[in-house]
Amino acid sequence: MSDHAAIPGRAIRLAGGRVSARVPMRPVVVTGCLFVATLAAAVFAVGTGEFPVPPGEVVSVLVGGGDPGSQFIVNELRLPRVVCALLCGVALGISGTVFQTLTRNPLGSPDIVGFQQGAVTGALFVITIVEGTGTSASVGALVGGMATAAVVYVLSIKDRRLSGFRLVLVGIAISMLMLALNDYMLSRARVEDGQEATRWLLGSLNGRTWDDATTLLIAGALLFPVCALAGRALRVLELGEDGACGLGLRVERARLGLVAIAVALVAVTTVAIGPVAFVALTAPQIARRLTRSAQPPLLASAVTGALIVQVADIAGQRLVPSTPLPVGVMTGMVGGLYLIWLLATEWRSGRA
Amino acid sequence: MEIGTRMSRPPLHAQDVCLAYDKRVVAEHLDVAIPAGGFTAIVGPNACGKSTLLRALARMLKPRSGTVLLDGRAIGELPSKQVARRLGLLSQTSTAPDGITVVDLVARGRHPHQSLLRQWSRDDERAVQEAMAATRVADLALRPVDELSGGQRQRVWLAMALAQETELLLLDEPTTFLDIQHQIEVLDLCAELHEQGRTLVAVLHDLNQACRYADHLIALREGAVVARGAPADVVDAELVERVFGVRCRVMPDPETGTPMIVPAARRAVAVEVPS
Repeated sequence: MSDHAAIPGRAIRLAGGRVSARVPMRPVVVTGCLFVATLAAAVFAVGTGEFPVPPGEVVSVLVGGGDPGSQFIVNELRLPRVVCALLCGVALGISGTVFQTLTRNPLGSPDIVGFQQGAVTGALFVITIVEGTGTSASVGALVGGMATAAVVYVLSIKDRRLSGFRLVLVGIAISMLMLALNDYMLSRARVEDGQEATRWLLGSLNGRTWDDATTLLIAGALLFPVCALAGRALRVLELGEDGACGLGLRVERARLGLVAIAVALVAVTTVAIGPVAFVALTAPQIARRLTRSAQPPLLASAVTGALIVQVADIAGQRLVPSTPLPVGVMTGMVGGLYLIWLLATEWRSGRA
Repeated sequence: MEIGTRMSRPPLHAQDVCLAYDKRVVAEHLDVAIPAGGFTAIVGPNACGKSTLLRALARMLKPRSGTVLLDGRAIGELPSKQVARRLGLLSQTSTAPDGITVVDLVARGRHPHQSLLRQWSRDDERAVQEAMAATRVADLALRPVDELSGGQRQRVWLAMALAQETELLLLDEPTTFLDIQHQIEVLDLCAELHEQGRTLVAVLHDLNQACRYADHLIALREGAVVARGAPADVVDAELVERVFGVRCRVMPDPETGTPMIVPAARRAVAVEVPS
């Protein structure tokens, strides 16, 4: 028996000890690899399609060179779509990690517990009943998503504690309710409204412009930095609310803040590209397994989310060239299969 | 029975508190002072409010009225991190994240000493090493917590609380679900920590263990303090019957001389105790 343990990871101490961190190697390497893969997928997405642009040319356009034709194809036609895909993936990955850690349940992810459905309900309400379009539908989606989140959150709290299991059950119930409402509104909708509405039913990256990308960039610039703080709170909060309080976390405030960030991230993506299923559910799970990290893998999940959405979008567009599929359909298919696999293996190992 | 004269100001003091969950009132007008440098055991039957009292002392439950004072100041008004550098807690409800290793869990105990930029100082590293050495889990450092035995796991949680480097340590039923060997192991470790100068407060189920390890006993029944003081001064057959409703004999523990409770048999057979 020894008194001195080897502590894994590399200790980094800078500025006379004012800045310090312990960096575990595997998560860093894995996240780096995922990042490179995501960039490669993005360059591929920008370079292929009706007018192919070779990867080298794509990169030179991205750094400010290239000929005018390539510049137009890359910058105007394809880059907004890719930027939207990547940012939404990042947002969904982070949001999923926050929710799954808070609820201690892989099913406690925003797409399962009804926030995206709520956003769709808000949008459909505006389109079919108020007969608004465009921006007002986006506002409807934002309000719908936030209101659903607030209801689920309040109903999951008992004795000032959040029960993850309750949140999942309440969320699924509310999600079903919203689905029924959505169907009802669609069945009464006029045909032309129905067209507008389908954009909100399936997540799609079709026709994204720099306007959409800019909105996402601004939201990201505001929300992503806060996530660094969120990581520290999550790491403590996942020990349980009593344990977190013992370590000096203001549990109720931290919990509310975390939920607010996560819901905001989902709401923004839903407004930008619609409800993209299963990314928030699968990205954290994949990231955790790849990094074998005991910490909530925020950064790795963010990159994994971006990779999933980007690859799903490429597959949706190229798999059946005659009929491009919306990205939401692709992530739904892949995510569904993944969920079946997850449940089957966890059941077999007796953990679920 | 009064300890105020013997000790300096109690580091932790629940002053005339009313403790309640939603509508259910657990205790009213409760006044409990924790002696500095002592090993206090809170005992009493199930649902007497002992864990609730501990939760209030650890500022996890806000009293409906009255205040809990930490070093003479209202604990609810102090910055939460500052409290966490003074008062550590071994909670019954803490759960280890899936797959976390021992060293990673122990390191989380450093949270109140860290900030966004300073996340792994030399002090952090030293405290984690010392905590693991003191609880004898250094050899398990790289093992996942969920693969450990119950006793090992409890030592790891204790290591996390120690890494927090607080003078006050509150323990909520630290021996529950452990077999006798591991119960003794954990309590011996607590005694060691106490000898090193820490103030301990533990909710304990086993009255004999409480008498053996604690130097200050608080007996609760239905949310009220029935007795407080050194075990040898307050524990007798009458108290046990009043608090637990159990008839018993109290005799000196042959190992330590502290009071030992032997419950009366259902059919009392008069056995001569060989003298």
